[in-house]
Amino acid sequence: MHKMNGAEVTIRLLERYGIDTIAGIPGGSNLPLYDALSQSGTIRHILARHEQGAGFMAQGMARATGRPAVCFATSGPGATNILTAIADAKLDSIPVICITGQVPQAMIGTDAFQEVDTYGMSIPITKHNFLVRSAKELLTVIPAAFRIATEGRPGPVLIDIPKDVQLESVEFENRPEILPKSILKNYTDEDLRQAAMMINAAERPVLYLGGGIMHSEASSAAINLAEKNALPTTMTLLGLGAMPIDHPLALTMLGMHAARYTNLVMEECDLLVVAGARFDDRATGKIAEFCPGAKVIHIDIDPGEVDKLRTAQVKLVGDVGAILEELLPLVETMKRDKWRARVATLKSEYPFVMPDADNPLMPYGLIRRIAEIVDDDAIIATDVGKHQMWVAQAYPFRRPRQLLTSGGLGTMGFGLPAAIGASLAWPARTVICFSGDGSILMNIQELATAVEQQVNLKVVVLNNTSLGLVRQQQDLFFGKRYFASEYRNHVDFVTIARGFGMQAIDLGESVDPVADLTAAIRREGPCLIHVPIARTEEVYPMVPPGAANIEMIGGEKNADC
Amino acid sequence: MQTVESKLVTAGDNRNKAVLELTVNNHPGVMSHICGLFSRRVYNMEGILCMPIDDGRLSRVWIRVTGNGQLEQIAKQLRKLEDVQTVRYHEAEHEVFVQLEDYFRVS
Ligand SMILES: Cc1ncc(C[n+]2csc(CCOP(=O)(O)OP(=O)(O)O)c2C)c(N)n1
Repeated sequence: MHKMNGAEVTIRLLERYGIDTIAGIPGGSNLPLYDALSQSGTIRHILARHEQGAGFMAQGMARATGRPAVCFATSGPGATNILTAIADAKLDSIPVICITGQVPQAMIGTDAFQEVDTYGMSIPITKHNFLVRSAKELLTVIPAAFRIATEGRPGPVLIDIPKDVQLESVEFENRPEILPKSILKNYTDEDLRQAAMMINAAERPVLYLGGGIMHSEASSAAINLAEKNALPTTMTLLGLGAMPIDHPLALTMLGMHAARYTNLVMEECDLLVVAGARFDDRATGKIAEFCPGAKVIHIDIDPGEVDKLRTAQVKLVGDVGAILEELLPLVETMKRDKWRARVATLKSEYPFVMPDADNPLMPYGLIRRIAEIVDDDAIIATDVGKHQMWVAQAYPFRRPRQLLTSGGLGTMGFGLPAAIGASLAWPARTVICFSGDGSILMNIQELATAVEQQVNLKVVVLNNTSLGLVRQQQDLFFGKRYFASEYRNHVDFVTIARGFGMQAIDLGESVDPVADLTAAIRREGPCLIHVPIARTEEVYPMVPPGAANIEMIGGEKNADC
Repeated sequence: MQTVESKLVTAGDNRNKAVLELTVNNHPGVMSHICGLFSRRVYNMEGILCMPIDDGRLSRVWIRVTGNGQLEQIAKQLRKLEDVQTVRYHEAEHEVFVQLEDYFRVS
């Protein structure tokens, strides 16, 4: 017979599920949980400086490892602060388990101190959520949370635990079992044969890979299929790394900031094989005009994504990796000389142009140079803005889970805490966080956490003294009326980093930027690298929001924009 | 694949309307989950009824929807909710709402 309180049950179960790191911040209504956590022999606690930071640290751990990760926040403001990170996890299907303290049940509904309706607020931004009403319920809720977060399409689960439940004592005979995950399979052999027939019969097929490839560990299955049937392969932002970008069949990322030729190849394709992707508008542009001549085979674990935005002729609902493997023997070995020659022609006529790729003080040059300094084990996190798109375009991603970026929600402030989480999960690796001077300020307090934990993290701030991507849209679509997008106060990030106890260098003041950059990245421990960038450095090509993907602005060969 | 909508498409004039019968776990948050799904995905709910069944362990929910071609999506999204156990389709004229019409008159 075991006897313990609800908080202890929670911590024991988290240990049981292999959780070794929890990021969070304590407060009045989760103190029993913290007291129980302090007695854990296997879980270390990472004290964040803002609950949103804690949420993104958990995301960084989950994204970099593929395993569920846990974060803690107290009731009221702690819970509201962490919600952005949970919403972000929902849109990118990240298995995060968020455990919040709540006021005691007797006070729920009375506008008690630090009471908010965390359960109600988290319904639309979680895969599922719980308000736990007794300590005994924790024995089923916690295993259920792990099952739900990781089963099928992953996603965040929030568990709100009132303080009296944390303190209530409970007796139980057997420790709860780890729940098995069911795997949805909603297709027949006939569906598979039909898909293979369509692939074999297609003249201009394209394989379109999304973040689902990472979740289902389907990267090699996708590459095998592409190689056997000679399928040119494009990736979404979250799909980058599914196929090495220097693979002969790889196109670039598609959509709003794709290379011109990639969007033009899509325009000409007659079959789209979509795997683990969801026709996001940043990838498709105006959906009615996306791949107008293509039939669609849609492979996804989430039945709700199939036929949501684009009708599929063949629907394969199930584990993407398993389906790609089942398709492999059914597709013919092909060379597709004609189609691949056409792709090569488009690529040479409409290549991706990377201005100043040799200059480490310019966006592309800086990113390319850093990629040369580190190896493919390095983890690359980004914030949100032009710097994020430059990284997506120019960094040579070669493996799954190499890039951590906020795709669906596009949350500024994601980068630094997510990078810290990744580094906590992979302490032997170098982690690079590319950020902008706007984004870094949104969670800059986590520099303190980075220093405290001595993570091997390099924060590269591309400082264009503006909210660059917003400014670019004003430049292109609002008659150059720059409003609320240029900073008049110039922050000294090097001094700030040093104030946090962090090493910092300013590449703008360096006599030998390459040598200084290399040394800063090779030196163990956290470091901030400040790089001044002109406000006018833009990210091209760009498809105007709402336009079709072939209406690209800028980024032409032989043009200087 | 289950194609719940295919049956309704042949149902004549009311093909964009249906009555859904759900079996769900009975707890205080479940109605928020269902109504929240309809509002955030802009699905059209004309009426909803909910009563406990099975000694209060489960609830039965009846929803009258207008689908605008979205009935299949509505069913898929409902099935994804953790607390929803089954979703069944009925013709729009199902008596559960018809019998209630007396209680829903202006005067
Ligand atoms: C939390 C949040 N607020 C606002 C936005 C809208 N937004 C998108 S990009 C951007 C500018 C980002 O500026 P910065 O981080 O300096 O990157 P840059 O584009 O200059 O490289 C803004 C404000 C957002 N994505 N996230």
